[in-house]
Amino acid sequence: MVSNYADIIVMRHYLEGAAQYASEVSPVPIVNAGDGANQHPSQTMLDLYSIYKTQGTLEDLNIYLVGDLKYGRTVHSIITAMRHFNPTFHFIAPDELAMPDYYKMYCKKYNIKFFEHQDFDSHTIADADILYMTRVQRERFTDLEEYERVKDRYLLKKDMLFRARANMKILHPLPRVNEIEYSIDNTPYAYYFQQARNGLYARQALICDALGITLDDIKNDKTIIS
Amino acid sequence: MKRQELQVAALENGTVIDHIPSSKIFEVINLLHLEKVSTSVTIGINLKSKKMGHKSILKIADRFFTDEELNQLSVVTPNVSLAIIRDFEVVEKKQVKMPDELVGIIKCDNHKCITNNEPMQTHFHVLDKEKGILQCRYCNREVTLNDVKLI
Repeated sequence: MVSNYADIIVMRHYLEGAAQYASEVSPVPIVNAGDGANQHPSQTMLDLYSIYKTQGTLEDLNIYLVGDLKYGRTVHSIITAMRHFNPTFHFIAPDELAMPDYYKMYCKKYNIKFFEHQDFDSHTIADADILYMTRVQRERFTDLEEYERVKDRYLLKKDMLFRARANMKILHPLPRVNEIEYSIDNTPYAYYFQQARNGLYARQALICDALGITLDDIKNDKTIIS
Repeated sequence: MKRQELQVAALENGTVIDHIPSSKIFEVINLLHLEKVSTSVTIGINLKSKKMGHKSILKIADRFFTDEELNQLSVVTPNVSLAIIRDFEVVEKKQVKMPDELVGIIKCDNHKCITNNEPMQTHFHVLDKEKGILQCRYCNREVTLNDVKLI
């Protein structure tokens, strides 16, 4: 019904597969803006764009994923999206929020190198090209004592960065709670706010693509004031 | 055939599905929607079998199934024997083949999957025919054939 009103539908839905189903019945393009715990492809596009923009390549990078690796849709999508670019992953999480076996099997199946850590300190992250932080959320824990034990173990502090590579960039899907110390915001390592801005560009590009508007169309459009 | 060995009546025209594990017979009946067939259907359960010990058999008169219908059986009984009968003679033998896609046959076990919340058909991609690994087209959940439930 909504397709009568719009040229494109961007939908977020709590059920998994909702966007796929919508795309099968809608005459206008559907953009999946998140379907339950399944996919959030535009976030993945902006993450890939941010990695490419900061590193100049997607190939052969050391990518460290920190925090909630069990429920975090974004970190799962990064693994599948980076599969083609020979990454080395490091998973840093408490036991209760560790990377699910399904994704570790996926890595093995596609020969993606990965290492698991529980410690989170300057040594662990010294070789990172990308440090991808996520929130550790209280409601994810069945054992609240366990939450209290681990909640402050995965906070990134400025003094942990002195061994970091010069090209290292910190990403975060936002919103942040306390997992990245505010004093890091002004360092050259912080990239999460630009990453959010890249979300605007990535989504503009996705919408143009879905509507059949090419880069040449935009370059040749005299009505656009640059 | 000796009289004491004839366990099920011969079929003039139709389809015979033999060597069905007895525990799967009702699933086969459901999959082929035999409750809607108006011709005679002979169901033999727990018959003696040299190959299997015990087996079940279905003889469906005057009904010939498409390959697509028969291949659905691969979900529950991949090793059944299929025979097409005309004039009391076997004119064709078939094997069940696992299809590339399974539409409207099995349930997705993810309760948050759209297929469990909307009046729509399920759809699974068959990722690995030997190991029986399937993936939901909608929520991407992977399941193995041993764990699936029929609709």
